[in-house]
Amino acid sequence: MARYQCPDCSYVYDEVRGEAHEGFPPNTLWAQIPEDWACPDCAVRDKPDFISLDSDEVGEKVGPRSSLGAKQ
Amino acid sequence: MSTIARNPSADTAPDRYVDRKRYLWMLSVVWPAAPLIGLYLVSMTGLGVFYAFTLVVWYAVIPALDVLFGHDPNNPPEAAVARLEADRYYRILTYLTVPVHYASLIVSAWWVVTQPMAWWEVVALALSLGIVNGLALNTGHELGHKKEAFDRWMAKIVLAVVGYGHFFIEHNKGHHRDVATPEDPATSRMGESIYKFSLREIPGAFKRAWNLEKVRLERVNKGIWSLDNEIIPPLLITVVLYTSLLLAFGPDPKLLVFLPIQIAFGWWQLTSANYIEHYGLLREKMADGRYERAQPRHSWNSNHIASNLILFHLQRHSDHHAHPTRSYQSLRDFKDLPELPSGYPGMFFMAMIPPVFRSVMDRRVVEWAGGDLGKIQIDGARRKQIERKFSSASRQPARASAE
Repeated sequence: MARYQCPDCSYVYDEVRGEAHEGFPPNTLWAQIPEDWACPDCAVRDKPDFISLDSDEVGEKVGPRSSLGAKQ
Repeated sequence: MSTIARNPSADTAPDRYVDRKRYLWMLSVVWPAAPLIGLYLVSMTGLGVFYAFTLVVWYAVIPALDVLFGHDPNNPPEAAVARLEADRYYRILTYLTVPVHYASLIVSAWWVVTQPMAWWEVVALALSLGIVNGLALNTGHELGHKKEAFDRWMAKIVLAVVGYGHFFIEHNKGHHRDVATPEDPATSRMGESIYKFSLREIPGAFKRAWNLEKVRLERVNKGIWSLDNEIIPPLLITVVLYTSLLLAFGPDPKLLVFLPIQIAFGWWQLTSANYIEHYGLLREKMADGRYERAQPRHSWNSNHIASNLILFHLQRHSDHHAHPTRSYQSLRDFKDLPELPSGYPGMFFMAMIPPVFRSVMDRRVVEWAGGDLGKIQIDGARRKQIERKFSSASRQPARASAE
């Protein structure tokens, strides 16, 4: 069972837990999720944007980061 | 225009960043009570003009304060964002605005049926309340983007005041996905007046919200006509709220005029916001037929401090679209973003006079596109006129853009 993380808001889809509200019961595999499914928290990243996570790396690989340069 | 003081705090180490607006955000809690302040002034002075207090403050005083106080020099560095996000104080302020909206509606309705009022005074009070209903949508917007179930419920409750519970579905999953494309009913086209836009935006938003829930509920194996449809519970709150008002105060003819006007004008505030936030902007289509990802350059921004303080930083709109779940206190301003010449209240007023709005904004859109009209969303009915006006000045030949 694998986990996938939204690269914008850090939401994690966990195959073991599924996402009942979105219609994915526990043990729904990532492969079964529609390609055009958007992150349920921020909605600005889609399934193909998600990053695969190893179970002990949650929150370390990605986090909300700005691609903008702050004003100086 | 005001002087522009640019972000002296960007270099500050995160642990030393001090939010100098921390307590000023309380203005966002007080502002939804503005119609009640107007009623207090009416009772003190006996002057009916104070029914229009909120209208005048919104459309005249705040634009003047935007000129006076100018741009906001405060800008949290990225490294301070996590600490600001974790600070519960800011979130509690958004919760506190929710009962204020209910109080403003209920007290105003009570006033209409119990106090002697001329018809124009009823209309002035309804429009004043409509302004703060727009702020209810703004609070619902802020809370509806959050991940916690409690926040999303507070969003539904505050959106119910103005009968717009479908907003957080439509906005989060619809507008944020489709922004600055012809598919988005909440992105206005260059040359499209706000009046024409509203006829596309208001029904289009509801349809999109309904369809989004339909798709989700089909996956969940639930019917669209059920409480699982997230549009239904806030709609029921709206029905119960307004039925209770009519039962409590009676079907007074003034109340029957007052209630629809204050709702409609609340919707109009949202329409105004959608109208100015992405006017004319267009994402490019990539080779695979998808649109490029929404970029910071696909939103109009205003960094005016006065209006931002009563709008939970909504005007720092590019950062909001870049990070939709980020809280208002952490939203940041960036250089070289598309910028509006005034805060939202001034732009909302301008939008109601289409020739004025277009004279201010059309050249900014053309400038944004580097003179290439093909990179702009243009209203089909105005295309020829716009091409005549701007093609000669453009560096590149105009070509047909997506409709």
